[in-house]
Amino acid sequence: MTGTRITDAQLVTLVALRWLIGWHLMYEGVAKLLNPYWTSAGYLAASNGPLSGLYVWLASNPTRLSAVDWLNKWGLVIIGLALILGLFTHWATLAGMALLALYYLGNIPFIGTQSPIPTEGSYLIVNKTLVELAALTVLLVFPTAKTIGLDRWIGRRGEAQ
Amino acid sequence: MSDESKDTQDRPEPEDKRGVDRRDLFKGLASLPLLGAFGYGAFSRKIRADAKKRRIMQELGVSGEAPAIIDRAQSRPPSDRINLAIIGVGGEGEALLRGAGFAHPEVIESWRTAAQEDPRNRRLADFMVQDDLNLELTAVCDVFDVRAERALAISSNETRPAGGPVKRATRYRHYQELLASPDVDAVLIATPDHWHARMTIDAAAAGKHVYCEKCMTRTDEEVVPMVEAIKSSGIKFQLGHQNRQLESHEKAREVYEKGILGQVTLIETTTNRNSPGGAWVYDIHPDGSPQTIDWDQFQGPAPNHVDFSLERFFRWRCWFDYGTGLSGDLLSHEYDAINQIMRVGIPQSAVASGGVYFFKDGRDVPDVFQVVYEYPERDLTLVYSATLASGRSRGKVFMGHDAAMEVGGNLRVIADSGSTRYHDLIEQEIVDPARPLLTYRPGFKGIDAVTTATEEYFASRGLLYTYQAGRRVSTHWLHIKDWLDTIRYGGEPSCNIDRGFEEAITCHMATKSYRLGRKVEWDAERQVIV
Repeated sequence: MTGTRITDAQLVTLVALRWLIGWHLMYEGVAKLLNPYWTSAGYLAASNGPLSGLYVWLASNPTRLSAVDWLNKWGLVIIGLALILGLFTHWATLAGMALLALYYLGNIPFIGTQSPIPTEGSYLIVNKTLVELAALTVLLVFPTAKTIGLDRWIGRRGEAQ
Repeated sequence: MSDESKDTQDRPEPEDKRGVDRRDLFKGLASLPLLGAFGYGAFSRKIRADAKKRRIMQELGVSGEAPAIIDRAQSRPPSDRINLAIIGVGGEGEALLRGAGFAHPEVIESWRTAAQEDPRNRRLADFMVQDDLNLELTAVCDVFDVRAERALAISSNETRPAGGPVKRATRYRHYQELLASPDVDAVLIATPDHWHARMTIDAAAAGKHVYCEKCMTRTDEEVVPMVEAIKSSGIKFQLGHQNRQLESHEKAREVYEKGILGQVTLIETTTNRNSPGGAWVYDIHPDGSPQTIDWDQFQGPAPNHVDFSLERFFRWRCWFDYGTGLSGDLLSHEYDAINQIMRVGIPQSAVASGGVYFFKDGRDVPDVFQVVYEYPERDLTLVYSATLASGRSRGKVFMGHDAAMEVGGNLRVIADSGSTRYHDLIEQEIVDPARPLLTYRPGFKGIDAVTTATEEYFASRGLLYTYQAGRRVSTHWLHIKDWLDTIRYGGEPSCNIDRGFEEAITCHMATKSYRLGRKVEWDAERQVIV
């Protein structure tokens, strides 16, 4: 990629993608923050896949559960905000990928599994969480925040040294 | 590598690294308008949702809070210790003892294993933090040696909320010897129904407080003498409808009393079970024999005395000689919940039908059973429908002109599209008849595991536990505590003899109608079913 120039159209679409994902994650977090009854317990308890045991364990203790709930809510808000602002975008993208991977692994639409959580679509192995995760990897490989975003100034200081 | 691509992108710009020109500023802060839009969107949505909710709550006049739990004094000096006895230590008897804070070592061990296998299983943890009721289990009586021995082991097990040391109880061969003991203040009666009336009357005569399992009596003739015995003795009597302690029932009562449902003309309540255990085909203990079971004492006041039968002993609910089947076992709980929520009292008439359609194992009580009760003074019909051979949940529904209410462990109120009261709110799209107007899930965050199908049935009906301040508590414990509190501090138990009277008569009207094959009525003046 070295030396490859991104066209304006490519830049605009990549930034738009970054903002859309940021918006989505941030509102997921804000909605959970605003709902005093929200808890990840149901999701964790109903999880399938390789991490199911861990998730059930997390949900089985009120202290652990409230820690998970807190990390989840604020994680979503902070990652979403960072993607929109273009601030520490590299780390926010990685954290977003990790979070989405945890969601995906907790509820994988395998051939033989029927999700206990009602979904609005039909999925086989690939679901929207996985697609969003893939979109974040695109943003990781084609970073834009040093052009459009606050990282512009943060990164520059680094470059200057 | 990616940073370099950025550099190429940036190259055409003026290389001013310290200063921030307008173009630079625009590129760095380009997302601010987006954030503004986000903030505005999220904020207005929240404001709008809150306003809608406030408007609905205002209109309904209910609080979103959990029902207030007024706890009586908690300090219990040792002198205030109550000596407890139990007659009949089968499945329900052991459940009551656990509610009172006494569990069998094997049960503790099975909970421990279950918690190790599945961390969601919190039975042991919940039991161990159950508040101590300051009791001593002094006397036990069971006609089956194995169960009496189990009860003794329970009485001396120190793995309990209050810890040890505990004294081993005394076993009495006959319940009358137990009632005569000066070491007994209060007694749990968890025998088959045919013994309830006589044992309660004898206990009242001996001045012992009684917690009696439902159905309160086996026949309607036994009801009035039992009521008189309790009222004249002044003992505290609690009938074993532990689901009275459910938060959701208290909330349902509030919803009904505030008139949110409008006129309720029909209540539909059901039993839907589909397992041998749910149909009372209980295990026959391998040690059960004429040598280990006092068959004569078991039969006691049963109308027909027959030869020794393991089926009849272990599966007594299947015969009218000892109980009343669905009517006394499950309709009684459903009716009591409705009576708690709407104070319906005794109906004017009952028509019942059904048959033995699935479990053709020699039983004489029906396994499919329907009853229609009429309350003309309340402009109300109550329908009970039960099967023991299909498990699809049908719930308990109060059908009001303005809204319907579904009650179980949770509560849902759904506005009716034909409602008069909510007509304007529905037009203004503040109330949506397709979605619940109110839901109430007892304050709890967390999950728990329920294991068997029968347990799931009980849990959904609130017969196992409820939630208080976010903690799961046993409804048996609450119901026993409710009774003990009245013994210690006065007042009336929540399912006292007046509620018991209504429950027993109502259930027996159904049984009588089924057995006579005709409609029956309650003659309130003569106090008889005709």
